Amino acid sequence: MRYLPKSPAERQEMLAAIGAKSIDELFSSIPERFRLREALNIPGPYSETEVIQYFKDRAAENSNGYTSFLGAGVYNHLRSVVTDVIIQRGEFLTSYTPYQAEITQGTLQAIFEFQTLMCQLTGQEVANASMYDGSTATTEAVLMAERLTSRRRVLVARSVHPEYRDVLKTYAKNSGLRVEEIPFTTSGTVDARALQATLKDDVAAVVVQSPNFFGAIESYATLADFTHAAGAMFVVAIAEGVSLGLVKPPAEADIVAMEGQSFGLPPSYGGPFAGVIASRDKFVRQMPGRLAGQTTDSEGQRGFVLTLATREQHIRREKATSNICTNQALCALAATVHLTLLGKEGLREMAEQNLSKAQFALSELLKISGVRRTFDAPFFNEFTVELPRSVKLVNAELLREKIIGPLALGTAYPELTKRALVCVTETTTRAEMERFAGALKRALERPI
Amino acid sequence: MNSKIKKALRHTNQKEGLIFEKSSPGKRAFELPPLDVPAADPARALGANHRRAGIEGFPEVSEIEVLRHFTRLSTWNYAIDLGMYPLGSCTMKYNPRVNEFVARLDGIATEHPYQPQELSQGCLKILRLLEECLLEITAMDAITLQPAAGAHGEMTGLLLIRAYLGKQGNPRKKVLIPDSAHGTNPATAVIAGYEVENIKSESHGQIDVDKLRDLVTGDVAALMITNPSTLGIFEQRIPEIAEILHAKGALLYMDGANMNALTGVTRPGDLGVDVMHLNLHKTFSTPHGGGGPGAGPVAMKKILEPFRPVPILVEKEGGRLALEPVRPDSIGRVKAFAGNFGVLVRALAYILAYGPGVRQATEDAVLNANYIRKHLEGVYELPYSLPSMHEVVFSDAIQKKNGVNTVDIAKRLIDYGFHPYTTAFPLIVAGAMMIEPTESESKEECDLFIDAMKAIAEEAATKPEIVKTAPHTTRVRRLDEVGAARKPILRWKPAAPRSEAAD
Repeated sequence: MRYLPKSPAERQEMLAAIGAKSIDELFSSIPERFRLREALNIPGPYSETEVIQYFKDRAAENSNGYTSFLGAGVYNHLRSVVTDVIIQRGEFLTSYTPYQAEITQGTLQAIFEFQTLMCQLTGQEVANASMYDGSTATTEAVLMAERLTSRRRVLVARSVHPEYRDVLKTYAKNSGLRVEEIPFTTSGTVDARALQATLKDDVAAVVVQSPNFFGAIESYATLADFTHAAGAMFVVAIAEGVSLGLVKPPAEADIVAMEGQSFGLPPSYGGPFAGVIASRDKFVRQMPGRLAGQTTDSEGQRGFVLTLATREQHIRREKATSNICTNQALCALAATVHLTLLGKEGLREMAEQNLSKAQFALSELLKISGVRRTFDAPFFNEFTVELPRSVKLVNAELLREKIIGPLALGTAYPELTKRALVCVTETTTRAEMERFAGALKRALERPI
Repeated sequence: MNSKIKKALRHTNQKEGLIFEKSSPGKRAFELPPLDVPAADPARALGANHRRAGIEGFPEVSEIEVLRHFTRLSTWNYAIDLGMYPLGSCTMKYNPRVNEFVARLDGIATEHPYQPQELSQGCLKILRLLEECLLEITAMDAITLQPAAGAHGEMTGLLLIRAYLGKQGNPRKKVLIPDSAHGTNPATAVIAGYEVENIKSESHGQIDVDKLRDLVTGDVAALMITNPSTLGIFEQRIPEIAEILHAKGALLYMDGANMNALTGVTRPGDLGVDVMHLNLHKTFSTPHGGGGPGAGPVAMKKILEPFRPVPILVEKEGGRLALEPVRPDSIGRVKAFAGNFGVLVRALAYILAYGPGVRQATEDAVLNANYIRKHLEGVYELPYSLPSMHEVVFSDAIQKKNGVNTVDIAKRLIDYGFHPYTTAFPLIVAGAMMIEPTESESKEECDLFIDAMKAIAEEAATKPEIVKTAPHTTRVRRLDEVGAARKPILRWKPAAPRSEAAD
């Protein structure tokens, strides 16, 4: 087997050194009746060529050749080849969590740079070394708010990503948290009056997302004022990080939970991505997840270490702030390289292109008879339109023209049938948008 | 230079500041294609109150600077690609590069989780085949690939137990955890809403079965066991342990962190385990990447199947696969979308490369651990003498007499060209030295490691200072961790304008 670096003779030599007659002897502590005597029934062994062929065959059964207008928490953005070159360097790819600081300064400094970039983007003072993804980061932000307030009630906007809310509910169910939902207005943003009416001094956190699941940009000031007046934590989830190149960060937030997928990570059928928690310095000791900190060595040189580990499970066991052990270090590194490549101007320009293309796409779609804009709040690169027919039926028509149509909102929001969430990014060309508009027009004109 | 250091030589490495310190306005490393639609006015489209001015402090550098910056940083890391990484419990094995290649294919990396399932059959077939392989390896009945990491898998597993017991009327209060367990186990139990009761190991480091019999009451939901234990020892009475739990209606959870000792040789499902997680980034070779991403699938017996987190992969008529978002008894969703798909792809690529021959990997891993044990026994104290599986745990008891502890020895290994073993773990061994070579090390590399460990033992006896102040060859010396925690500096900030006097 090509991955195993021993010859049969070496194996024998090693067994002899141990004083064992056979390899079986080394497994003598496993009771005989539980020893597997027949070979596992799994495919293989495959040569490298066969492994590649298997996955190429599977890839061919997917969506190659289709143009997609899906976003909803996973976005297709340009990525430089440099990002993949860096994260495939074995020194990053095949290194462990940097507990041995002297020989992992590369990873540690990169995490420190990641934390800095996340602070700059979100307008917060401290950011962790990453969480699993946006959904779990949002949940962990709520748990952090619970620890900070010692309260057990959470208000989450219905305009937060449905799957983020689902994950929060899974965690809440078992930790005695009560999760209640706040409706949205006809503009597609949080209903501030409903929020105010529900807020009491037993609320740990108010969770909103911006741009929210409908693509609408929330106005934070009033929501934050109401939240803070009740002594609760204002938690802002961000699923589309590129928006921060152009949209004001949530300065009013106590905790920001962000999905980092948009920063150089491919959609990859939903993962792996990188979640982020950013917050205020004063809350750092209740933050979950790893943190890299700057320090000096015994000769006074600058260096980095994992720090404040007394919050973490390997030290605190059942008293830890979270059970999370891993971060998504390589994904965070990809985000760091990607954002460094983009830089100040590149990120702004990418964000402007998203905005411009989304504006263009909306104007093209509104030229079609029966297509109506819904939710009139400002948007970034995603917006909601109402179609005169079922979105699912329309999408089936679009598929015939090799277009993966917008997300049907009715699945997650039964009251929003016929509404479609359209996403375009800088990767969507004008020709593709025009083709989409043309195909949509034809689909709507077709007799049912 | 110490002539006993055979594997490593000093060599120059480059200095490199923070990327923010290299920034200069107007430089850039990425250009977008020209905008092909009319440019929108952000202030009008977003509203002036939403519009952000530039991001203060964001880097402005060129492409070559980015490449050099991160390449230089990378050279400051130790990695499996450079040599043996004997971190006990972490299974730092070779990460095959073909796995990286296939995870990046067009049609794999490019797929959106909400695209129509008829256009995702390739992705779903990958998930299905991986499920089947892992079920065969574990002898379990059902599986979820959703959890993003080992600890996430533990949580999912305990929530399954909670849901199952709850459905019978009482989710119960306590989870029993041996004192040798990973720290994630107790932290997870609390997240899942359970109290933790720690149980002491008996004198050979195994679960004290008689004591367990007394502890398992109607309040106990489950026992979380690691097998082989963190001492690298197989829990021989595990079937009996399972019976004790089952007799009282409690379940047996197995932390699969150490599956690299069992794959193809014995199967947890046959041993009486009810639910377990697998760390694909350990046993199944997906890269650790400096601390993630991982994946922590949870395999289970039939009784827990109805409670699996959504979405559930099902086979429809005609063999078409689908992810179903709703199940009445499901514990709910544990993560957005369909698991860490890219990691799952890599794990399947690993399994396909071995096929049933994966047993040879297990055998080689156990062979390496025992070879190292044989050569270091006596040089270092072996606190528990039962047979070792894939890892061996020594202690620093002999060296301690000279004031040299496990961390010192670990740090000295760096000078010899190796990554340290695991130090602060398992907690039941004072001064633990937990060594897991994995199957990826040749006899030559094992021999070099043994030589290095012997040479360090000799140094500890004759010139302990050199060990206590190690490492001596790294670009930074031991770092001030206390200072880092006392006054945390967790981000770069632009230097305040310096006054003349300060210069």
